[in-house]
Amino acid sequence: MTDTLTPDSKIIAVPSAPPAETRAMRLRNFWSDYRQSWVAIAALIVILALLLGSFFAPFWVPQDPYDLAKLDWLDAFLPPGTEGTGGYAHLLGTDNAGRDMLSAIFYGLRTSFVIGISAGALALAVGITIGLTAAYFGGRIEALLMRIVDLQLSMPAILLALVMVAVLGQGIPQIIFALVVAQYAYFARTTHGAASVERRKDYIEAARSTPLPTWRIMFKHLLPNVLPPLIVVATVQVASAISLEATLSFLGVGLPLTEPSLGTLISNGFKYIHAGRYWLSIYPGIFLMITVVAINLVGDQVRNVLDPRNSR
Amino acid sequence: MTDPILKIENVSKRFTRMPGLAERLVGKITGGGKPVVVHALTDVSLNVDRGEVLGIVGESGCGKSTLGRVVTGIYAPSDGRVTLNGKPVAREHGGNIDKLTTQVQMIHQDPFASLNPRMKVGETLAEGPRYHNIIPAGEVRARIRALLEKVGLEGAYADRLPHQFSGGQRQRVAIARALAMEPEVLVLDEAVASLDVSIQAQVLNLFMDLRRDLGLTALFISHDLSVVRHVCDRVAIMYLGRLVELAPADQLYADPKHPYTSALFASVPTIGTGKRVFEAIKGEIPSPINPPSGCAFHPRCPLAGPRCKVDVPRLTDAGAARTVACHLNDGGVGLREVAA
Repeated sequence: MTDTLTPDSKIIAVPSAPPAETRAMRLRNFWSDYRQSWVAIAALIVILALLLGSFFAPFWVPQDPYDLAKLDWLDAFLPPGTEGTGGYAHLLGTDNAGRDMLSAIFYGLRTSFVIGISAGALALAVGITIGLTAAYFGGRIEALLMRIVDLQLSMPAILLALVMVAVLGQGIPQIIFALVVAQYAYFARTTHGAASVERRKDYIEAARSTPLPTWRIMFKHLLPNVLPPLIVVATVQVASAISLEATLSFLGVGLPLTEPSLGTLISNGFKYIHAGRYWLSIYPGIFLMITVVAINLVGDQVRNVLDPRNSR
Repeated sequence: MTDPILKIENVSKRFTRMPGLAERLVGKITGGGKPVVVHALTDVSLNVDRGEVLGIVGESGCGKSTLGRVVTGIYAPSDGRVTLNGKPVAREHGGNIDKLTTQVQMIHQDPFASLNPRMKVGETLAEGPRYHNIIPAGEVRARIRALLEKVGLEGAYADRLPHQFSGGQRQRVAIARALAMEPEVLVLDEAVASLDVSIQAQVLNLFMDLRRDLGLTALFISHDLSVVRHVCDRVAIMYLGRLVELAPADQLYADPKHPYTSALFASVPTIGTGKRVFEAIKGEIPSPINPPSGCAFHPRCPLAGPRCKVDVPRLTDAGAARTVACHLNDGGVGLREVAA
């Protein structure tokens, strides 16, 4: 038997790199592809800076905007750069209650990130489960689940989120739930599309004929093979969740001003914009825009790198 | 003769496609929109003895792969049953199928599709035995290495991903995956058809070695008559979902009884016999949605008579452990012999 095998193992080159490195190598390849675009690098740096800046905000911003005792009416409507009663300069000015805008923005950004990321992650989990179930079982289950998803995709997400918040009331968990309901459909659709293709491949049939239990085939065999497109959708959906939340808060159904998110700050400042106090609205708006654009740029580049047609 | 290990009893498999809502509405006016039924298998009965390799041969679309999937327990038969050592291989409940046995394992045609591309080969091999407690937990790694070596790969390959292997090596991995479950019966569905001829020979030699060492029983599904002759003890010829001839391999090749079998042999190009012309079988294989009346082969059969259009031929004894489903072996093809 050995005789017949020798040519096979000699002629056909098996990559000689140590096998343990394959995952690290893939990561390194991914990074070397990713850094081809300086815009994407800049966007990634911006996101990391905003993430670190907002989550460590209590350690470096001058004021705790949640602590009403620290706010002073005398500081209200100070323009950017003015020194207030606290003895420090308010770089981005203060709002109608004497809140330091810089502090409020980074605390608000933290709230926005928490909501965006957890809503994105939950919607991903729900969407994956629904998409995989539909693709794996097919037939009536598929028809039922995917028609519900289609129905939802035909409605604007913001409308659905508004209805959900109106029913559930205000608060971070309620908003996250509303965003999950509004967004899981995108993940379900993407998962279903990719999984329907993989479902028909022989390795799934091989797993079924072993036999392995259904949940194991779905999550250990099907899921890893549909993950790349989902990573892209997930990045974009986090950005979209952040702006959806800002929209809800701007419309007044999101978070109250006592625990401000970016949308609440913009909405609050909007009242004074015609009085020449532009900084109340503009600065949180700029931070929201930078965040959303940066996340989208990163998502775009990840898609470019993962797209096999663009492989070098 | 020993008791057969695998019994396929009167198995039929129909695939039904229900029309969609729109089709049904249009059908109300035009008279169409009815369910489409494909008769993939019709009344197939076979026994496979322990240690035997049974070849299943036929053109594309004759139902040989469907038969393999019914035996493996991936499809539930519409009628009839498949039993291994007297126990059913699968059970159907509420439209879903539950495979009951780990004792029938399958090897697929395309080794590039049959291995999970994101799972290390060792993990692919270990998953089934670990889940079904076929190998004691502490011995899994060692046994997987031994298996890889048994199929002619290195034990260290367990840490690699499928894309690091060639087609032949992947097919060896697929064989190792099936063997890891310690099956009684292997179903090889065109297992070498997608490999280069030189690699085919290697994989076939491996299969023959394993068969000798492990006493495997196997269903060898193929359209390649020369490979089947090399590997199989008995050969079943299928046409349009029916079994038309069953005979020990050497006898079948020496003296085919069914006109379809003869036609298949005549269409095989050979080297060294001086034969320069080979005859393709006339016409196309008929649609399994709307099979011909009587003997399904009659529109293409050079020997067909009036009876063939009316009567469905039954499998009849043709001596020396052979059976054939042809009216020529059962009275004659004239109208006088039509069954009452």
